[in-house]
Amino acid sequence: MDDLKLPGIDYAALAPMLILFGAACVGVLFEALVPRTRRHGIQLSWALLALIAAFVAVIVVRGRRIVTIGGAVAIDGPTVFLQGSILVLGLVSVLLIGERTIEPGGAFVSQAAHTVGSQKDLKQAGGQPGATEVYPLTIFSLGGMLLFVAANDLLTMFVALEVLSLPLYLLCALARRRRLLSQEAALKYFLLGSYASAFFLFGVALIYGFSGGVDLASIHTAVADPARSEVLLFGGLALVAIGLLFKSAAVPFHVWTPDVYQGAPTPVTALMAACTKVAAFGALARVLYVAFEGVRWDFQPVLGTVAVLTMLVGAVLAVTQTDMKRLLAYSSIANAGYVLVGVLALNKEGLSSMMFYLVAYGFSVLAAFGIVSLVRDAEGEATHLSRWAGLGRKSPVFAALFSFILLAFAGIPLTSGFTSKFAVFGAAIDGGQTWLVIVGVITSMLLAFPYLRVVVLMWLSEPGEATPAVSIPGFLTSAALAIGVIATFALGVVPAPLLDLTNDAAQFVR
Amino acid sequence: MKDFPFLSILTLLPLVGAAVVAFIPRTRAGLAKTVALAWSVVVLALSIVMWVAFEAGGDRFQFRESYQWIPTWDARFTFATDGIALVMLVLIALLVPLVMLASWHDVDETQRSVPTYFALLLALECTMIGVFAAADVFLFYVFFEVMLVPMYFIIGSFGGQRRQYAAVKFFLYSLVGGLFMLAAVIGLWVVGGHTFDWQALTDASGSFNTNTARWLFLGFFVAFAVKAPFFPFHTWLPDAGGAAPAPAAALLVGVLDKVGTFGILRYCLPIFPEASRWFAPAALVLGVIGILYAALLAVGQNDLKRLVSYTSIAHFGFIGIGIFAFTTQAGTGSVLYMVNHGLATGLLFLVVGMFVSRRGSALVSDFGGAGRMVPVLAGLLFFAGLASLALPGTAPFISEFLVLIGTFTNHKVYAVIATAGIILAAAYVLWMVQRTTQGTLNPALSETPAMQRDITLREKVVVAPLVLLLLLLGFYPKPVTDVINPAVQATMQDVGTTDPVPSAVANGRVAR
Repeated sequence: MDDLKLPGIDYAALAPMLILFGAACVGVLFEALVPRTRRHGIQLSWALLALIAAFVAVIVVRGRRIVTIGGAVAIDGPTVFLQGSILVLGLVSVLLIGERTIEPGGAFVSQAAHTVGSQKDLKQAGGQPGATEVYPLTIFSLGGMLLFVAANDLLTMFVALEVLSLPLYLLCALARRRRLLSQEAALKYFLLGSYASAFFLFGVALIYGFSGGVDLASIHTAVADPARSEVLLFGGLALVAIGLLFKSAAVPFHVWTPDVYQGAPTPVTALMAACTKVAAFGALARVLYVAFEGVRWDFQPVLGTVAVLTMLVGAVLAVTQTDMKRLLAYSSIANAGYVLVGVLALNKEGLSSMMFYLVAYGFSVLAAFGIVSLVRDAEGEATHLSRWAGLGRKSPVFAALFSFILLAFAGIPLTSGFTSKFAVFGAAIDGGQTWLVIVGVITSMLLAFPYLRVVVLMWLSEPGEATPAVSIPGFLTSAALAIGVIATFALGVVPAPLLDLTNDAAQFVR
Repeated sequence: MKDFPFLSILTLLPLVGAAVVAFIPRTRAGLAKTVALAWSVVVLALSIVMWVAFEAGGDRFQFRESYQWIPTWDARFTFATDGIALVMLVLIALLVPLVMLASWHDVDETQRSVPTYFALLLALECTMIGVFAAADVFLFYVFFEVMLVPMYFIIGSFGGQRRQYAAVKFFLYSLVGGLFMLAAVIGLWVVGGHTFDWQALTDASGSFNTNTARWLFLGFFVAFAVKAPFFPFHTWLPDAGGAAPAPAAALLVGVLDKVGTFGILRYCLPIFPEASRWFAPAALVLGVIGILYAALLAVGQNDLKRLVSYTSIAHFGFIGIGIFAFTTQAGTGSVLYMVNHGLATGLLFLVVGMFVSRRGSALVSDFGGAGRMVPVLAGLLFFAGLASLALPGTAPFISEFLVLIGTFTNHKVYAVIATAGIILAAAYVLWMVQRTTQGTLNPALSETPAMQRDITLREKVVVAPLVLLLLLLGFYPKPVTDVINPAVQATMQDVGTTDPVPSAVANGRVAR
């Protein structure tokens, strides 16, 4: 028997992920050992510290271009860039998650096991401090995302998918208010997510049957070989793609999005909208660009159709929404379509524009959900649109910030929304995908309507009796909001540095 | 003098002013108004200095500045102005202080924040100047779209009845047009060799594929036609003009809409010359329809502000046919028309606004015999109306005459039909003046205390420059034509049409 040989491991390149996973484990220990009253401060600082440390580690390895641990993980331009973005966006989400001053006890339930409506439940709703498990869970999830965008074989990708998803399912169920809605959302997310994972795993099996390996490089070689079975190849690719498109909320795999976005605690929704999207598209792009580049002409029209449907469904259904969180959910579906347009350019510009879009959108959406978490009355967040009427009169600063974010979503110049749309559309026309751009332009017009309706509601309608006041945000939410809004403005006015960064990063290793 | 960064300062100055004014607390309304007015006067002074420094017979583009912006896309802050843009810049700088002065008391009555209104006006001035000063397609697009935002809030927050509907309609129409242009801008960037520089794109225009160029041309044209507005994209203007505060409406039709016709002259014609020639017949038809249709609708309007809005649509039809007639005469006429229309319709809107704010209603039927109450204002309305219908001796006459005679050399039929628009113009203007200021006195008027007060000193200051300019340019348009003529000639050369000697051969070639 041959000696088992351990593959070479580049620990430095893996450091960001190791830091996060380690920190999450320590966070679990804190949960067990630290007294309840002191947990929140410690957990929050620990999580922020871990994210900053991981980000520093990303900076340190930024020049590295290698495939390590036996081909399981690839550290290259997109990995480094996307990991960095996930960490920064994750940091801002953790700020939102850590907010405890707006609502007594925070947005999270103090004890998830209390039956809804029971005495204990009513007591916790009254202001017991929220659960602190959310921090290790968030860090685990973010660690999974880092691995997801770096995974260089499909099994690693599957493991990463589960690591990032399972904590998210739990986080969705932890809302302090409207707990039934929140639990229902978590269940829905969990069930559909499990199906998607199953599809993904089945797809990996077919691909393994096709190529005899699960790492992207050997799939790439196998794809070039005409003698192999096309049924296995396209079946496998389709199933793997379903798993990935589910996470990125592309039509027709989007049905969970509005319910989950609405039901989850708002900071978790923000985390999903910003970070999960980056991770999902990062992985999708890697699979398509690295492994299946040889059959690009075959999957391009299919995915193009998915992109068209995603943009159309997202835009059309956004028009009909009456709940702010659902509106933002449909808008995020439509935005997934625009990102997909960038991905489908299948050139270097496509990749870099995708990365730019994800970062720009992430910051805007974090700010948007940050504001949603501030507009509240005695019942918790007031997300019904009619409640927002006349908000501009009552809280002009927040209404102005939110209007600015909405204008960014609508793609008005001098906001990041415009630059990112310009980038993906430009890449797509360059890549010969003019039809996608035409649909993109048409849906942008449709999508402008719901955003504008909200602006009209806030500024041009008279405030009603039911218009809630905007809560004064604590330091954490203010910081998150400020970062989101400033980034949205800065990426609209001086996008050059980030564009250069994405351009330099847009090269996969194989 | 030539190296002074006129254009970037002229663009940024109002923006700084807007920021300053926006931070004045709403209780200090008087201070906000004074600061805003003083600021806009400084901008006006700067624009006049620039006018003087501009060499009428010199380079086509002057005061060129270029700064790095987004190197990945080769998008730059490039500012430069030719004669056409220059006259529009000065027109903006002139109208903004007048508009501010005209809305001195209007906004107080709407219970809204006065500093916000004046800050929005300054922000709007910044975007309008930017859009005319840009010599980079990307920069132009950015200003083109951002321009919507302050105007949207001016209409939506400070307008009259149905302001929400009008504001949203205005925004959506313009945004839809703008997104078509966005697709065309990206397409142009791809086929034009990954640059946004106006000069580079114009130089490369010969190498475009014919079909591609036509599609791109249409993308630009739709955006400009919505903005201008040309028939059949005009339906937002009567709503917006009717709902906006009258002084802001003066700015809307006086300058903001000119971006449409200016865009056609600056971007459609030089960058897509072949497509422009190909599309010219259709554009001429649209122009003629616009002239007659809008004029007919104007005759039937009962709302003064909507009526004036419709007259503008008719006038834009004239500007349109002048551009697409492809003669220097008609082109010069069109550009001159853009200026004169800004003066005449601006004045008309301002005077109508004075009537409306006194009576509290814009309905023609709420007036009647107003001339007995406010004779001077009534006289002003008559004068503004006559200028608007292009009476000889007022500035619009010269431009309308040039457009028609220039169009006639190439397209006799269109010119003849368009002439019918002049008759209709006389009908709507005279009928409006008659029903509001002449005849028996409407008893409701004498019961309105505000109607007792004839024109105030502030209002005289508002109208005096416009009246003087309309008369002056009506008799002596040379200072303006000297500036715009070289630019128009260069544009016509870009399109590749030379002015026909009056012969059938030349006619046939261009008309094909």
